[in-house]
Amino acid sequence: MAASAAARVSMGQLTLRISRVAPDCSVCPLNRLCRNAITGRTKVGTVDHFRTPNRNLQTSITRYHIEDHTYAEESGDVINVVYIDRSGQRIPVKAKVGDNVLYLAHKHGIELEGACEASLACSTCHVYVHDDYYDKLPDPEEREDDMLDMAPVLQENSRLGCQIILTKELDGIELTLPKVTRNFYVDGHIPKPH
Amino acid sequence: MVLFCKIDDVNSSLVSVSVMPILVSHFNPRPKMRLLVQKSLFSIAKCTRTPTSNTVGKFNRHRGLCTSPDPHTKVCIVGGGPAGFYTAQHIVKGRPDVQVDVYERLPVPFGLVRFGVAPDHPEVKNVINTFTQTAQHERCRFLGNVTVGKDVSVEELRRAYHAVVLSYGAEGNRSMGVPGEHLSGVYSAKDFVGWYNGLPYNKELRPDLSHDTAVILGQGNVALDVARILLAPLDMLKTTDITQVALDALAGSQVRRVLIVGRRGPMQVACTIKELREMVNLPGTQPDLLTEDFHGVQEALKELARPRKRLTELMLKALQEQGARQGDRKWGFRFLRGPLEVLPTPDGTRAAAIRLALNRLEGSGEGARAVPTGEVEEVPCGIVISSIGYKSLPIDPAVPFDPRKAIVPNNMGRVQDNTGLYCSGWVKTGPTGVIATTMNNSFDTGRVVLQDLDSGAVDLTEAKPGLQGIAPLLEKRGTAARAGAYRDFS
Repeated sequence: MAASAAARVSMGQLTLRISRVAPDCSVCPLNRLCRNAITGRTKVGTVDHFRTPNRNLQTSITRYHIEDHTYAEESGDVINVVYIDRSGQRIPVKAKVGDNVLYLAHKHGIELEGACEASLACSTCHVYVHDDYYDKLPDPEEREDDMLDMAPVLQENSRLGCQIILTKELDGIELTLPKVTRNFYVDGHIPKPH
Repeated sequence: MVLFCKIDDVNSSLVSVSVMPILVSHFNPRPKMRLLVQKSLFSIAKCTRTPTSNTVGKFNRHRGLCTSPDPHTKVCIVGGGPAGFYTAQHIVKGRPDVQVDVYERLPVPFGLVRFGVAPDHPEVKNVINTFTQTAQHERCRFLGNVTVGKDVSVEELRRAYHAVVLSYGAEGNRSMGVPGEHLSGVYSAKDFVGWYNGLPYNKELRPDLSHDTAVILGQGNVALDVARILLAPLDMLKTTDITQVALDALAGSQVRRVLIVGRRGPMQVACTIKELREMVNLPGTQPDLLTEDFHGVQEALKELARPRKRLTELMLKALQEQGARQGDRKWGFRFLRGPLEVLPTPDGTRAAAIRLALNRLEGSGEGARAVPTGEVEEVPCGIVISSIGYKSLPIDPAVPFDPRKAIVPNNMGRVQDNTGLYCSGWVKTGPTGVIATTMNNSFDTGRVVLQDLDSGAVDLTEAKPGLQGIAPLLEKRGTAARAGAYRDFS
């Protein structure tokens, strides 16, 4: 724990997170890896190898930085979000203020694509926002509107999930994923069956 | 140029790690994008060369853990573009026992995302990350450099796999069918796009840009991409992934005016608003629209659906403000005109002008038809680029094909009268739509495939060899290099 304590001083928030995950480092098999990551004594390269008598493990250090640990529940910024998936099933999830609706969906395994990774170049994260909440959202910027125009089955309450950032007053927001449709065209043309 | 030779060199061998840096090097050094591409290529190369089953076996030996059994259900996908990868993604996620192999003719994956999307739209290419994740999935493999229909037949694939999905897109070109379209100076937009994006097949295009006026036929997004690349300031292009060859050629370009010609009116243009807005806001250019083309448009606005309405409003705004903009380069739509003939120079060697038939509209809205009025117009131009659409081609005589619609006849992705054969993407719907369209259409096909696998419509009791059944065929028919590379992952 001494190493952990020293590291906590130097690394602040990051250490706090890691120590929450593995509070007792001395019994943790990742101890060595963990310590190295914090104190910066890692060898060149991001993959570390270590052995236990019958195991041969490989771990990637970078994983620690990618994971999104949220402790919103403790800070009181937790809000409720309900996704209604393509089959009509309601999926309630907890989120924190500042979360992005697209990445929140990914975190909970809800099938909302985000082909362009929130760079406003596609409309694959298209959602319908419940009318009670639609007006609470800031108006879409021009680029979002341009992309929405390409979204299949556009409605009055359509938005791009990647542009919705959750705020306290959006607590309880309902987001419906567009129903699956087949063979739609940009110009709205519906092809005749073959 | 080095790059292209290299690509040709490797055409006869499968993707291997050593090839990757060379492929990457042709991208202009735009660090972030280049890194992304490089990362993806390496990771895919790595995963295709590492036999997944061996890895699993090793883990089993050391850890005594239970992992999923060897995938029993074998599905293959023909074409490694967006349709192929989205279909693969849906199928791999949908069943824990399915192995998906994606066959691609080019050595590198991602099809039109790499070779179709304009170089100044790097955000659109972010989708490569999603596809890379799919390719890295332990039950998905990417196999580059295999031409289905030539190296291996669809029939052979169907014998080796439980289900075969055709998603090979639309590699053909709709031709104008007018005299003079084979003159020098007349290009297809597909080749032009392939040229500036570094597609190996189009490296020899060398378009002659020493002319003042270029006429583009067709008013879709590809037409606007081409117009934008022709007129964009060089400094802007330098920051993109455009090939060095294209950048050099564009640096010497004399093109000052681009006319984008369509058979129908302003309320029927096929482009989307993002591309039009980019055109309107392109630095150093001035719109050159004709007021008479927009007669009655303002009045019809309120009847339009939102996307069409916003698009038309933007065009009207550009028309009103065109006098106020400064720029030595001009672009403009020319509506209600269809090509009749490309006219040659007096010596008959190259294009000098295009003769257009003037049309009027019959009916209104999206279904309006263009009818020739009998009047003609000649526009002098040294460059003609036809951008009137892509076209799917038949891949194998054993697969049904509708030559009129240029698609594989299907019912929701199931190919007619062929159990276990499916199609997705442009070969299923025809070559229209943006990435979201293709995504949904591919997911639909994926869903149909899963349904048939689950319901027993496709017989899963018979064990199929998958890639192990195909690799020997390729080894027999391919070059030594290709066969050698195959041993790595078969």
